[in-house]
Amino acid sequence: MSDILTSSMSKLGQMSLVVVVFFAVLLIVFFAAGRATGRIQRPVAIVVFLGPAIVLLLAGLLIPAIRTFVYSLYGASSIRYIGLKNYEWAFTDPGMRGVLINTVLWIVITPILSTAFGLTLALLSDRMRKRSESVTKSLIFMPMAISFVGASIIWKFVYQYIEPSQPQIGLLEQVVLWLGWKNPPNWLLWTPWNNFFLMVIMVWVQTGFAMVVLSAAIKAIPADVIEAASLDGATGWKLFSRVTVPMIRGTLVVVITTIMIAVLKIFDIVRTMTGGNFNTSVLANEMYSQTFVQADNGHGSALAVILFVGVVPLIFYNVRMLRKERALR
Amino acid sequence: MSVEAPEVIPASAPSRQPAVTAIRRTFSSRLAAGFVVALTVLWTIPTFGLLVTSLRPQADVTGSGWWNVFLHPSFTLDNYKTVLVSGGYNVSGGLLPYFVNSLVISIPGTLFPLAIASMAAYALAWVPFRGSNVLFFTIFALQVVPLQLALLPLLQFFNLGLSIGPLTIVPALHLGGTFFTVWIAHTMFAMPLAIFLLHNFIAQLPRDVMEAATVDGANFFLTFRRIVLPLSMPSIAAFAIFQFLWVWNDLLVALTFVGGGQATVAPLTARLSQLTGSLGARWDLLTAGAFVSIVVPLIVFFSLQRFFVRGLLAGSVKG
Repeated sequence: MSDILTSSMSKLGQMSLVVVVFFAVLLIVFFAAGRATGRIQRPVAIVVFLGPAIVLLLAGLLIPAIRTFVYSLYGASSIRYIGLKNYEWAFTDPGMRGVLINTVLWIVITPILSTAFGLTLALLSDRMRKRSESVTKSLIFMPMAISFVGASIIWKFVYQYIEPSQPQIGLLEQVVLWLGWKNPPNWLLWTPWNNFFLMVIMVWVQTGFAMVVLSAAIKAIPADVIEAASLDGATGWKLFSRVTVPMIRGTLVVVITTIMIAVLKIFDIVRTMTGGNFNTSVLANEMYSQTFVQADNGHGSALAVILFVGVVPLIFYNVRMLRKERALR
Repeated sequence: MSVEAPEVIPASAPSRQPAVTAIRRTFSSRLAAGFVVALTVLWTIPTFGLLVTSLRPQADVTGSGWWNVFLHPSFTLDNYKTVLVSGGYNVSGGLLPYFVNSLVISIPGTLFPLAIASMAAYALAWVPFRGSNVLFFTIFALQVVPLQLALLPLLQFFNLGLSIGPLTIVPALHLGGTFFTVWIAHTMFAMPLAIFLLHNFIAQLPRDVMEAATVDGANFFLTFRRIVLPLSMPSIAAFAIFQFLWVWNDLLVALTFVGGGQATVAPLTARLSQLTGSLGARWDLLTAGAFVSIVVPLIVFFSLQRFFVRGLLAGSVKG
């Protein structure tokens, strides 16, 4: 106990020291560079202000990304050039086919469900009293603050399987037993449905995000638009589908693509829940396993590149929609 | 506590009455409220179950579902004691060192990128030079690079240095498995988004204030410290909260650069992810451990919710 405390204190002390040194160095550099006058004043400032960021971006993102592209054309230990063999493997290997199918399922199902729940909550909670609305929104949004690891443990407990004859501790199994399902399966081993149980966690996290963004968009619809529609006799579902949804279409698309991007990179949930076993692996998890567990740089890098190629169009589309939204308002 | 409207979509001023009142009339309000309450309860139950379980004695946890606590209430803090300090069972050494590691990783992992990104954002916004627009756009575009694309080469760089053929550009740094690798990695990965967001804000600062500073004889460095930093505190705070939670909750970067096991450097997320496998059915300990890891984000969330929502929404595409 006492040595844990000592080592903790020393770690925190070292961290404080590093932080202090970091800012002290910055201040000294500022002071020294500030003494420059005349013509060199401007170039010196530019180098001091931008230099660290550029070095970090080059060393941390640009050069490594290029290297990963190169690795994806080489064999497992990055020595032998093998052309597009790694990509061929990624799209033809039977195990990989399962991974890609899972990834596509994730990309399609999770954003749609999160957005549907988020939209419903945004529409309905808008009509509650101010106080209940904010409590509701806080509680739905809360999972967003929790780590995926924490969320996974929360849900693994919900999915805990125990022989039906024994006292239950997993909520899901207890509920289906109460409802009369005599012999429920072990949820996380139940291929292919276990993928769906993992997706529930992501939906649980992302619904709050969808709700907050969509709620703001709905509140921003001009009152006269809705009024005119109601005067024309639009009510309930018609008002919702013909007026509200078209008015917030841009935001809806941004929400869906943003969640899609997050889903493409999903790693923590699969890692913590199943480790990718029982046919639940997805692209980002497989990329980690291939690179750091199987030590196959070629396979892992090819998967990273595929991930990148999947994300790029989504982000570009996203940025374009956001720009359009801004220009409209 | 309230989740404020995000700044992503600026609300246009409602002319007469808010648009929603019309919709409000068209649904049956009581049915809708019931539905929302049901969903909210459904969303909260899993976390609530975790909290309740972490407070129940071990025999109760393994012998009955947490919902039985309403019939036979009995609570204890023993699980937290075990999981934090004494360890025991399969939890060698307890989680306290990992909690400290999470702090040691997250605090510099937030301060370093903020400092470097705000400097860069200021220069790009207020010290224009030939090519500064192109540079800003390039940094903005780098947001499309998922960090997965950089992990392996960066790990090799930390361990082996950088060389092109026989030419050594950076010698082996031997940083593998130290806090430095995670700090530097998080700082690097935060750059594009941090510079972009802070630039958006800093570029909007009033021009006359900046010019007045120059007239008073302040150089760029003084202007940055005395004027730019204090005035951009709202956006710095929003990004700081986002970045802190991002680093605190991160698993992938931590696993890659410091691994999952060692009490010397691994953060809570990495350790818990590992324990989920090995602890199996010890839910009394696992729930307590999970709650220890989520309590910091929850405190940040409920106390700074306004900043939090802003930062989170702005950064939701990061990764």
